[in-house]
Amino acid sequence: MKTFLAIILRDVTLGFRAGGGATQAAMFFALVSLVFALAIGPEPARLSALAAPILWAGALLSALVSLDRIFQSDYEDGTLDVLVETADLLELRVLAKAAAHWLSSLLPLIVAVPLFALLLNLPVEGYWPLLASLLVGTPALSLIGALAAALTLALRRASILVSILAAPLYAPALIFGVGAAEAGAAGAPSFVPTLLLVAASSLFALVFAPLAGAAAIRFNMS
Amino acid sequence: MIADLANPERFERFVKPFWLTASALAVILLALGFYFGLFHSPADYQQGDTVRIMYVHVPAAMMSMACYTAMAVASIVGFVWKHPLADVAAKASAPIGAVFTALALVTGSLWGKPMWGAWWVWDARLTSELILFFIYIGYIAIWEAVDDKIRAARLAAIVAIVGFVNIPIIKFSVDWWNSLHQGESIFRRGGPTIDGSMLLPLFLMIGAYMMVYAALLVPAMKNELSARRIARLERMGGVSGVRPE
Repeated sequence: MKTFLAIILRDVTLGFRAGGGATQAAMFFALVSLVFALAIGPEPARLSALAAPILWAGALLSALVSLDRIFQSDYEDGTLDVLVETADLLELRVLAKAAAHWLSSLLPLIVAVPLFALLLNLPVEGYWPLLASLLVGTPALSLIGALAAALTLALRRASILVSILAAPLYAPALIFGVGAAEAGAAGAPSFVPTLLLVAASSLFALVFAPLAGAAAIRFNMS
Repeated sequence: MIADLANPERFERFVKPFWLTASALAVILLALGFYFGLFHSPADYQQGDTVRIMYVHVPAAMMSMACYTAMAVASIVGFVWKHPLADVAAKASAPIGAVFTALALVTGSLWGKPMWGAWWVWDARLTSELILFFIYIGYIAIWEAVDDKIRAARLAAIVAIVGFVNIPIIKFSVDWWNSLHQGESIFRRGGPTIDGSMLLPLFLMIGAYMMVYAALLVPAMKNELSARRIARLERMGGVSGVRPE
């Protein structure tokens, strides 16, 4: 447990201090929102209808571009060797890395979401459902992403392959996440059940991603 | 005994009768299926002759999932028992399954345009089938990306096993969500809702597609085994002038 927290603390600190990884993810998120807004045009009604899907897609894309940061530098400087060699349960360490990724790359985005939602003209009643669906659903992005990053660990220039592997598995979280945000904004009774499906995607990823990720790391390091 | 089959010549000798039978059956069943499907089955009372797309679409969709299941099972076998033949079987299944998936998507699209009025709709069945296609691509990509074949097999196996979650989603998508795609109408409780005159060509085509899979899988496995052999010989310095795997 102590190492678990130590790994998270170390990665989050590195994410915020060294190289500005965390702020870069937030900047990328801002960029995606801007690109969508420019492409769709300034009409308020259209923007407000598309705000939740844009912000969800932006979170997903930001997660994808930040995935190679989870293991890559540790693999290159040998830290990962130490982590693997000293681990009682490598699965827990993968979980810690995924949690650190979420805290340093995705949580800052979620904090910034209200600001971008304002720019995209999201209706007032849509804020809480969108934030809730992002909070519940984005852990799945980090967990599945950690698995994809673990699979492509030893490869050079793997960033496209990481996306190809992770993106299909992101589909349930994205579909239900946007569905929950829109149902909540409309006050529909399907809000809570859809949000539970989002939670199910995250919980499912919580079970299989550390297991499969640890196996992938072992094969890549052997 | 099974370990010996990783030798390409022995593999070829062992599977040759099986391959010949599968190829012959594939030709016969395809011919019969096309004959009954195109000429000797009734047009649908609503859909007219477009219903005949079913005979190429439904078997392709079934095989897209069956190939993936075979790939996942072979991956588990390769993962657990580390048998090279299982890895080869999984790797050889992937492109075949990807083509079946593409065929299902394309024929479904061609069927959707006259019936639903749209080439494509983002409903659960179509979306999950499209995701299956991308999972196949990811699986093939990781085989291509990793140089060491043994490591590639293990990593690809993880992709195949994790990606298997999509198969039940495709299968039950028409039950779980309101879909424009029609529901299960063959293997359902209370018997099929398709008339016998249409079931005959459909089953002929399903059998034909299965045999096509078998007939394509065997040479693909043989090629992969030979390629590995060549790579091994090359490493030993025995063969030169042959392009490495």
